[in-house]
Amino acid sequence: MVGMVRALDRKLLRDLWRLKGQALAIGAVMAVGLAMFVAYFSTFTSLQRTQERYYERHRFADVFASVKRAPLSLATRLAAIPGVAQVDVRVVADVTLDLPGQPAPATGRLVSVPVPRAPMLNDLFLRRGRWMDVGRPDEVLASEAFALANGLGPGSTIPALINGRRRHLQVVGIALSPEYVYTVRPGEVIIDDRRFGVLWMGRQALGAAFDMEGGFNDVVLALSPGASEPAVIGHVDVVLRPYGGFGAIPRRLQMSNWSLTNELAQLRGFGMLVPLIFLVVAAFLLNVVLSRIVSVQREQIAALKALGYSRLELGWHYAKWSLVVGVGASVAGVAGGAWMGRGIIAMYNDFFRFPELLYRMPAGVALAGLAISLVASVGGAMGAVHRAVRLPPAEAMRPEPPAMFTRSLVERVGLAHVLGPAARMVVRNLERQPVRSATSVLGVACSAALLVLGLFFLDAITEMLRVQFDLVQRQDVTVTFVEPRGDAAVHELRRLPGVLDVEATRTVQVRLHVAQRSRQLLITGLVDTPRLQRVVDIGGRVMALPPAGLVLSRSLAEALGVEAGGSVTVEVLEGRRRTVRVPVTAIVDEYLGLSAYMRLEALRTLLREGRLVSGAHLLIDAREEAALYRRLEAMPAVAGVSSTHAMVENFVRQMDETMGVMIGFNVLFASIIAFGVVYNAARLSLSERGRDLASLRVLGYTRVEISTMLLGELAVVVVLAIPVGLVIGYGLAALVIGLFETEMYRFPVAVAPRTYAAAAVVTMGAALVSGLVVRRQLDHLDLVGVLKTRE
Amino acid sequence: MASGVAADVVFRARGLTRTYLMGEVEVHALAGVDLDLVRSELLVLLGPSGSGKSTLLNILGGLDVPTAGEVVYRDHVLTTADDRALTRYRREHVGFVFQFYNLIPSLTARENVALVTEIAADPMTPEEALGLVGLAARLDHFPAQLSGGEQQRVAIARAIAKRPDVLLCDEPTGALDSVTGVLVLEAIDRVNRELGTTTVVITHNVVVAAMADRVITLADGRITSVRPNATRRPPRDLEW
Repeated sequence: MVGMVRALDRKLLRDLWRLKGQALAIGAVMAVGLAMFVAYFSTFTSLQRTQERYYERHRFADVFASVKRAPLSLATRLAAIPGVAQVDVRVVADVTLDLPGQPAPATGRLVSVPVPRAPMLNDLFLRRGRWMDVGRPDEVLASEAFALANGLGPGSTIPALINGRRRHLQVVGIALSPEYVYTVRPGEVIIDDRRFGVLWMGRQALGAAFDMEGGFNDVVLALSPGASEPAVIGHVDVVLRPYGGFGAIPRRLQMSNWSLTNELAQLRGFGMLVPLIFLVVAAFLLNVVLSRIVSVQREQIAALKALGYSRLELGWHYAKWSLVVGVGASVAGVAGGAWMGRGIIAMYNDFFRFPELLYRMPAGVALAGLAISLVASVGGAMGAVHRAVRLPPAEAMRPEPPAMFTRSLVERVGLAHVLGPAARMVVRNLERQPVRSATSVLGVACSAALLVLGLFFLDAITEMLRVQFDLVQRQDVTVTFVEPRGDAAVHELRRLPGVLDVEATRTVQVRLHVAQRSRQLLITGLVDTPRLQRVVDIGGRVMALPPAGLVLSRSLAEALGVEAGGSVTVEVLEGRRRTVRVPVTAIVDEYLGLSAYMRLEALRTLLREGRLVSGAHLLIDAREEAALYRRLEAMPAVAGVSSTHAMVENFVRQMDETMGVMIGFNVLFASIIAFGVVYNAARLSLSERGRDLASLRVLGYTRVEISTMLLGELAVVVVLAIPVGLVIGYGLAALVIGLFETEMYRFPVAVAPRTYAAAAVVTMGAALVSGLVVRRQLDHLDLVGVLKTRE
Repeated sequence: MASGVAADVVFRARGLTRTYLMGEVEVHALAGVDLDLVRSELLVLLGPSGSGKSTLLNILGGLDVPTAGEVVYRDHVLTTADDRALTRYRREHVGFVFQFYNLIPSLTARENVALVTEIAADPMTPEEALGLVGLAARLDHFPAQLSGGEQQRVAIARAIAKRPDVLLCDEPTGALDSVTGVLVLEAIDRVNRELGTTTVVITHNVVVAAMADRVITLADGRITSVRPNATRRPPRDLEW
């Protein structure tokens, strides 16, 4: 008895074992594609679920508004607006914190909360410690990210300058809020947890500190189901306008939520396209490799057919062959993807702050991965099996007729004399099977392209930073005043230690409207010919601001649906609160954020105000930095000081942490694919040409000579593939960048030479290693055996 | 068995023609062959290489289809059968021995035979079949561990294990020395005698013809002679 395993299945197992190297390489390629797919997909769905749950459980508000100062009695009027379910009025103020060991002062956002604790919108999650006690005005809760970045915990003290008075805030607990999942300092786009944090303080204490005992300057509202958000916002604005309302915004545009939404959109775009590309490439390679493996078994298939096995049975046999590889790859891929997904989620939690991050692997994602992998692998084998079983067995068993060789193109153009016999064989062989050669080239090219795709992101960031901080924001320090001041303040700054140059700015809170669309942001007024903060497009061209009208960043223009030559309605949210129609004179392509620029003079005309400034850009002597900061901190008129250098450093560190992991994965995986492809190409050439090569050895060719023939072919393929791969890689990078674009920022399609070089070197390295492995097998070529038996 | 009653005719071929392209050359492998085979006879096809022997055998075995002409196996018209029907025909009726053995290299002798016994209706066990060809002691060897003659005998065991109605052997001794060749021919002779299997053996070795009931010679795709043997000589008496 033969036992329970059918003979055909034994053949399957033994073939798999014999080709384990190749099976492993294909399986790895497939697993890698799947792991990426599963990791990003599951991360995206997990983040989305986490966000929804958090918002729901902690009653994230629907509408947000701030106001200069409104009496508490107004809360009743706001609550009476149709569609409003709940109103919480608060005091919110940004103050300077004087944390030890920090050169530039930090900003703390104080947000009032009820003491003792009572239900509220944007309810806090208390991670550690306790709520503030009644009668202890200096007690605060600190936001988790800020506390972690600065090593704060319950019991820590934070020196703060509150409304001109120095206070020592006592941290009693660490908290999280759905309102500050993404905490970014006002006017910046980059998280800096060391220098910006949220501190929650008792309502009484904070009210007292800012003379707001009977008033409020911030309000959050929850809507009842079915309420019209624009109608409520309109009402809120009407109610708050007499008290200096800055305009209500919907949840959609609330800073933290907007950033989070953008990040999720980006994860969906970038995080799904990249793995999808990997997966498609993996499926393609699997297809190519499996079909070649099956082709090699052409005579065995014919013999089995002659013995009475049907097409269906043979088809199923090879399908199982690829299914074993596919299932193995799926299991490894899904498990690896889940592991990666957990890692990525943890990384996101350093960025965004959630009470708990729920990592869930949706069954659909795992199943989709499995299905893709199985379809790809079976599809790969089927084409070749079909070709094999289609031939009448008698014909298939006959050795293939001598292949049609012709003189190769290289020889026809008269270069024959430069080619030795080995080179001639290489060239003729490649030319004889143009489709196969092209497929090999494309396969290797794909792996090079994936390397470019994996690496280019660093180049994009570098280029963006170069444009943003070498060309646009050339100031070392940005100072913002508590209130707009006369331009004498600028001269005052010029006299401070270490200040080399000063440039005044006027920024003003506005809401821009075009038809139904609106965005709330700052218009930046710049001097006529700025030296520090300039308007520069992504091509590095410095744009002179026109004497009148607005210059909008492309993201803003697109968000509003306006073009140069059109106009926007500017609703000023400060001072005289004018609403004016202003022409859009130009659009500037920028990488960062939603921005609107005007000449200082034009902005002042629009505001109907005199020579007021709201801040200044400074160029400083680094040696006097510390002294300068001490002086700035002591100036009551100064609300905030930010250092460009610190910002860039922080950004780079953040990108290293987050992008570094992803880029690492991308490159690792692309390298695995490169190796898998090249190794398989080499192994297949060996099995297809083993007999020829053994015959040549018998005729007296040396090992080196036959290695040259086989590996020469591989080398030609790799050399042809690399430039193709680099071009494809650039194309993929452009595609991904397009999806990466959000309102918050976009990245340049910049691929640095070093990235191309790295992709080429890794691909060649993979080829070299594969070549050496195959070379070893070539050295052990069993001459008699190869000539005697046929596969 | 020079001739038989119509009921005993197993194969009936008329006007078989087969041309195919070998590279750029059109080869006329068969050019109008008429042939009847009767039950249990052992037929030897003689002829130089390129005479069309293999093509004829492949067509009889359902491995190839003629360009023109008709082949009927009992009540099956092979020439109009589709791939599915030909597969069934091979599976149920035909045992094939290939010139180059065509064993599956990843399977042992026993498993190569099992490939057939697993899909046949009334097979012997692989051990029995290998016993018939004298390989009872080499059951678990892989093709690469067997000599050429042993591989060819595994191929014969694989062909007879299903108790086929017809056994078709393409140059079964072509690659073997005479001593081994005789062992292989004895296996074929035994199957023909003991199981009554209609057998066709291709050879270009004239000596082998002596073991046949009938000898047909082909040249250039045509039958040039049909010669019945008065007596069959046992293979062990053959020498070349």
